[in-house]
Amino acid sequence: MAKSFSIKRQPGFATIAMFCFFLLYLPIATLVVYSFNSGMSIATWEGFSLRWFESAWNNQQVVEASWRSLQIAAVAAVIATACATLAAIATTRTGPYRGLTFKYSVINMPLLVPEIVTAVALLILFSRVKVWTGYSGLGYLIVAHAAFCVPFAYMPIRARLESMDLSLEKAAADLYASSFQTFRYVTLPLLWPGILAGLMLAFVISLDDVVITEFVKSGGQDTLPTYMLGQLRRVVTPEMNAISTVFLVLSLAIVTLFFFLSRTPQKDNE
Amino acid sequence: MTVSPQEVSEQRQKKEIRDRWFLSAPALILIVSASVGPLVIVLLYSFLAPGNYGDVKWEFSTEGWFNVLFSRDIFDDTVSLADAHFLIFWRSVKLAFATTVFCLIFGFPTAYFIATRAPHNRSLWLFLITIPFWTNMLIRTFAIQEVIRSEGIINTLLLKIGLISAPIQMMFTDFAIMLGMTYVFLPLMVLPLYASLEKLDFRLIEAGYDLYASRFGVLWRIVIPLVKPGIIAGSILVFVPALSSYVVPRVLGGGKNLMVGNLIELQFGQGRNWPLGAALSVTLVIIVLFAMLYYVRNASKSGGSAHG
Repeated sequence: MAKSFSIKRQPGFATIAMFCFFLLYLPIATLVVYSFNSGMSIATWEGFSLRWFESAWNNQQVVEASWRSLQIAAVAAVIATACATLAAIATTRTGPYRGLTFKYSVINMPLLVPEIVTAVALLILFSRVKVWTGYSGLGYLIVAHAAFCVPFAYMPIRARLESMDLSLEKAAADLYASSFQTFRYVTLPLLWPGILAGLMLAFVISLDDVVITEFVKSGGQDTLPTYMLGQLRRVVTPEMNAISTVFLVLSLAIVTLFFFLSRTPQKDNE
Repeated sequence: MTVSPQEVSEQRQKKEIRDRWFLSAPALILIVSASVGPLVIVLLYSFLAPGNYGDVKWEFSTEGWFNVLFSRDIFDDTVSLADAHFLIFWRSVKLAFATTVFCLIFGFPTAYFIATRAPHNRSLWLFLITIPFWTNMLIRTFAIQEVIRSEGIINTLLLKIGLISAPIQMMFTDFAIMLGMTYVFLPLMVLPLYASLEKLDFRLIEAGYDLYASRFGVLWRIVIPLVKPGIIAGSILVFVPALSSYVVPRVLGGGKNLMVGNLIELQFGQGRNWPLGAALSVTLVIIVLFAMLYYVRNASKSGGSAHG
């Protein structure tokens, strides 16, 4: 035998895969590198400097938009995760019952409807509500974000619940724990990694949203993504790269944390 | 009075189901009121008359739907087919389809590559695919823009080498939109493909080789039919958001190369024709629904044949 024959190999596939990974990261890497450029250009390297980070930090609009983004994402993620946790408990570890499929489809619906259509729908609805109530604060954005974050928060929590059996809860009930006590001292601590993972996912999703925010926001309510969308039309300086880099690092940190949190159930089983 | 144990258990079951409805109520109410419910309003608005400064007049009108298909000349009231709308819908479908095909061409080998790594390495490769997925879509679009713009990396590089004498215009073309969408949606193709490929039974492939199949024969007649549900799932996951894409065509397509998403936005912004915007939105939802329906039917069909 000259060469061992691997049944799994397909010619060229590994090359294409490597090419794919390269292409996925090339633009992001370029973006990050040029955020440290000392010149005005986003394509000609003129030396290392942190001036664009400094200029972004001193840009009042950027700071305000970032702060607004974080506020909305934090509140919306908490609301979405709370709702998703309750919904996950209601829809797992049970035999099929009437309405279960209905619940699944409603919870997953925001994933199926094109975002632009939801955005338009909310624009219409909220413009009415604004006239009726006279309120035009961040509440609309928070409610809109919370709603489309629910399915994302729901996924890891449901996965975690499905890997837990009911024996511990039954034991607690046998020992005369009330259903609230059982939830508080048995279910919740076991479910915690799933809830945290859901919270982080919802946070990132809310932080990233452009389309719905763009339609729902009132004047002066730019979040960081909508601010950036507005800026992309003009001449772009490496300040945009600097903002993007900070944003990327933040998302990356959260996603890495999420990755490790959602791995824990497998370790528990071993 | 005696209560049979059967009745007790029935009552308990009823109470449990009631509790479960109670627990899921906040999520359902939130989604229905701020995500799914408002779609009904869009449908309603598509049958109203446009107001003078945006918004609508509360009178029944089919003008919005009429305008989706036809355009009325403002001077002599003659009616003709709304070429612009057809063109934009057609371009959106074409671009979304091309994006799906490119994602499949690049995504399938990538997913196959990940699925054939040693089990403990797979999650790392998968993680590398998911990172771009979770980073902001706008930032990724911006990153592509930096690479392809006239003063961007590619043009600067080519100019320096002397391969070209003037920068190639890549921004604001259909090509730019397609490239951007392929880049942005690729992970959505790889993930479901990987999920299918991971479950692939390699004994079947071995059997194929035993029966003198070529590498291509094995790929075409064993692997691809077996992972067809994954291919369809990935294609739908890419096609639907690509079709209704708004950010990518806005940034990379400039003002000229519109897609449906931008056309809809235009009606709520400068166009000030909310009923037309609503009607276009409903049309988009209907196209998406058909794509889903196609997926559900095919997924159940191929799922059945895989077992048979």
